[in-house]
Amino acid sequence: MSACEYLLRVENVHKSYGAAPVLRDVSLSVTLGEVLCIIGPSGSGKSTLLRCVNHLETLDAGRIYLEDELIGYRPDRGRLVELRPAELARQRAEMGMVFQQFNLFLHKTVLENVIEAPMVVLKESRESATRRARELLEQVGLGEKADQYPRQLSGGQQQRVAIARALAMRPKLMLFDEPTSALDPEIVGDVLTVMRDLAEAGTTMLVVTHEMGFARDVADRLIFMADGCIVESGVPAEVLANPRETRTKQFLSRLG
Amino acid sequence: MLVLALALLAAYGLITSPTMHWDVVGQYFTSRLVLEGLVRTIYLTAAAMGMGIVLGVILALMRMSGSVTLTVFASSFIWLFRGTPLLVQIIFWYNLASFIPRLTLGVPFGGPELASWDVNSIITPLFAALLALGLNEGAYMSEIVRAGIASVEGGQMEAALVLGMRKGQAMRRIILPQAVRIIIPPTGNQAIGMLKGTSLVSVISTPELLYSVQQIYSQNYLPIPLLVVASIWYLILTTILSINQYYLERHYAKGSLRALPPTPYQRCKAWYARFRSGGLLTTATKGSSSQ
Repeated sequence: MSACEYLLRVENVHKSYGAAPVLRDVSLSVTLGEVLCIIGPSGSGKSTLLRCVNHLETLDAGRIYLEDELIGYRPDRGRLVELRPAELARQRAEMGMVFQQFNLFLHKTVLENVIEAPMVVLKESRESATRRARELLEQVGLGEKADQYPRQLSGGQQQRVAIARALAMRPKLMLFDEPTSALDPEIVGDVLTVMRDLAEAGTTMLVVTHEMGFARDVADRLIFMADGCIVESGVPAEVLANPRETRTKQFLSRLG
Repeated sequence: MLVLALALLAAYGLITSPTMHWDVVGQYFTSRLVLEGLVRTIYLTAAAMGMGIVLGVILALMRMSGSVTLTVFASSFIWLFRGTPLLVQIIFWYNLASFIPRLTLGVPFGGPELASWDVNSIITPLFAALLALGLNEGAYMSEIVRAGIASVEGGQMEAALVLGMRKGQAMRRIILPQAVRIIIPPTGNQAIGMLKGTSLVSVISTPELLYSVQQIYSQNYLPIPLLVVASIWYLILTTILSINQYYLERHYAKGSLRALPPTPYQRCKAWYARFRSGGLLTTATKGSSSQ
């Protein structure tokens, strides 16, 4: 497969916080329309990896490409130099991200949350941004909540708004950082349904999750990470049913 | 009860004392000199607060910028203006001309002089007052703004950045509007403090409210009634400021509560509506809320 068939390529990424290594030589690639789930114990570096992809974290070594464009850096006389803020912003706008804690703009209504970035970053008109926002809110099942404030919604509803907000930017890639970990068990399903619909519609997704059922049913590929390394990867059903590595077996047996 | 009774008795004594000269209070309450002083007090308060808030935001952003130069500059500014008495600063700016008589713009080291100003003509008493109050307020406001910005969750900035906003845009559109809610109550305090603090500039003969009444009582020898005139005006202005603060807080509370509590006016209306319908004695429920 040639390099350009991959939407996202992560090559030999290293990252440490002070002396503690968080990512050790991590490489992976995602093709267009693929859903890749990353599982692993906490502290394994999976969230950090996701945050490196849209350059919320700097890299110590390695490179990340989105459609063959280097993310976060430009080569300058044999060295990599961090991009200017305007360039970083343009690159980030091409990727959507959904956080564990939703992070909706609390002083704005649901509708204002969704139209904010299209209007400010993409310079869309209020009318067209609003029209699209209403479609997206319908799509995540919250059409009637447009004029409410985030604190008036449940966690599951907030997370679905956060997904709509990310989709409003028409991203090439969606990053999900433990999107259901802060939710009550009975409303996790609502969010997963929305994500399942997105996957079926062909959205390219990189999902850090603890939802093994979702990983098995929806993901095209599963990666298991531990101690900053990719330990095992493969077809989700196979990895989950017959893990090859001891570390994976331990982790899955503990989940019961 | 005894304390209350004594206080009422003392107040009664004061109010009815013939030396109070209520007629004098009434006579000067809306006199031209007093009203002119009042306008200047309002102007000084508004201008110095405006200057303080703008300066405060700039200093707070400098302190939080992560740049060593900007942080040191802002910290030194705050250290200097918060660490010296306001009265000293007022007198200092007033006397600036004796320290730097001329302000010259030109090429240094013997080059030609492009422009030159007489400092005495720039630093009028009113300008010195404004400068002193505004710069001092900026130092205090910057700490209030910084606390407000720090109170907004870090996730809000990240959420704005991943949507492709730049730091400045995120600060202006996402962080500051949320920080305002935290910033308003202490700023209301500052504004009330400022209103009363403007009376300090009477020492550099800026004809604000206190200076105006001082001018009057230096001629008619009735300081108490004229100080009462000034005090009543100060009370009226602080009351207006407090009411404004209440509604401003309400406005910026959008999204922070599930439902806003009714305003006193709405409470009264609801109470009156129940009274009219005769249900006052039977129902003692809380005032209506929108959600």
